[in-house]
Amino acid sequence: MSDLGTKRLQGRVAFISGGLRGIGLACAERFLAEGAEVVLSDLDAEDSDTATATLARLGQAASYVRANVTSEDDWVRAVQAVQERHGAVHILINNAGTDLTGAVETLKLEDWRKIMSVNVDGVFLGTKHFVPLLAASGAAVKGGASIINVSSIMGLVGMSEVSAYNASKGAVRLFTKSIALEFAQKKMPIRANSLHPGFVLTPLLNAGFQRWVDAGAAEKVQDLIDSMAATTPIGRLADPAELASAAFFLASSDSSYMTGAELVIDGGWTAQ
Amino acid sequence: MTARLEGKVALVTGGTTGIGAAAVRRLVGEGANVFFTGSKEAEAAALCAETGAQFRALRVQDAASWPGLIEDVLAAYGRLDIAFANAGTESGDASIEDVGIEGWNNVVAINQTGVMLTVQHAIAAMKRNPEGATGSIIINSSMNATRPLGNYVTYSVTKAAVCALAKSAAVHCGQKGYKIRVNAILPGVVETPLIQQIMNAQADPAATRAIYEGMAPMGRMAQLEEISGLVAYLASDEAGFISGAEIAIDGATTAGMMGV
Repeated sequence: MSDLGTKRLQGRVAFISGGLRGIGLACAERFLAEGAEVVLSDLDAEDSDTATATLARLGQAASYVRANVTSEDDWVRAVQAVQERHGAVHILINNAGTDLTGAVETLKLEDWRKIMSVNVDGVFLGTKHFVPLLAASGAAVKGGASIINVSSIMGLVGMSEVSAYNASKGAVRLFTKSIALEFAQKKMPIRANSLHPGFVLTPLLNAGFQRWVDAGAAEKVQDLIDSMAATTPIGRLADPAELASAAFFLASSDSSYMTGAELVIDGGWTAQ
Repeated sequence: MTARLEGKVALVTGGTTGIGAAAVRRLVGEGANVFFTGSKEAEAAALCAETGAQFRALRVQDAASWPGLIEDVLAAYGRLDIAFANAGTESGDASIEDVGIEGWNNVVAINQTGVMLTVQHAIAAMKRNPEGATGSIIINSSMNATRPLGNYVTYSVTKAAVCALAKSAAVHCGQKGYKIRVNAILPGVVETPLIQQIMNAQADPAATRAIYEGMAPMGRMAQLEEISGLVAYLASDEAGFISGAEIAIDGATTAGMMGV
């Protein structure tokens, strides 16, 4: 894209959970191209092949901390790592997420608790532990610090046999509005907005579609991708880079009056 | 300024002042060739001189004048990539009890019929782009689409109507296979020249300003440039997967209730 490398995030530090793949990784790549320093977290060990290869490719402005978003101790360590490495944070992307599908009467409580723990507790804990550093850092940049919570179109509309994921992403949507109001009312220099991706070509989508294929819903994953594309007005699925450009807009000073808002990036899927 | 819009051609209605003029400046600043419409000739001439944009006097609700405008745009640049349906009014509006039929019709004509004509003619022009139907259409709705004002019934109704228009047009373009995106933005209170004029006309301008600023949890009005930032993003190819969306830009005004 023509404005890559224009360094509109020069001097800013971003923390991205779930940063080793999919939308999180695309955000890291875009933010680095815009001049930001980026700290990623994910479940992979710090000396794992995925982590070391990704870091080597992203370059010196990127670093990694292994953290499970459901663990409060891990968040405390992550904040400490960011504090030690950069002394500031201007952008927090609560991106880590997982999915769960199936008829509601078949869902196991432990699986329900797991998705709530990753998708909801993870967003809460990330916000809770990064707010002091975001508040301290945000006044130095136009538009303040920016929290971007990755919800989903499944946080806006229901879908059959997606009840747990629907519930978790709906929670992220309203959590975001509440914290946006809280920060605004207290004059804290932090904005908070939710991203609502539609169907995006990510490893999570592939894994989810593979489970549907295994359950006999389709012959192969590509068939499901094609049928999703056919029911999307724009006629295709999204590339993770298109979510990264939305996150970049919300992270940048260009969105300085946006807080408590929803940015839906779904190719018109929920407009139908 | 970046040049995300280099080589693109944009049309802005109601571009002589306020949000429209700021959008003209931003789109030009990002490399676009811009046509804008309106009725204030002196302001238009100054903006043309400042930005190099081109002006055509046009009443957006006047269906007969649209084909001529589109032909002028295509004759000048051979294409249309961006349309910002921004022209709007609240002139003649009142509450449901007090609004007269003339006031209602005036606001519906400009805010609703004018937007419909803008989108309709923009799509027709974008279909004539050499590589096929491509473009981005942005409708300026308002936060009053979701939080209607008691004393401005027609304004509120028309701003809600154009959100449905954006979605309908987005779905239609998808069904037709056009690569044309249509979205609505819903600004909160913006510090436009009109608002400044209203504030300054009060006995206590500072108190009036405080009331306007207090409407948003963020504690201030939007600046014109903040709206243009969203318009430029949606206009660019970076927003290539966003269509049929309603995007609030209101300092959390519609996010919920302020706490105690």
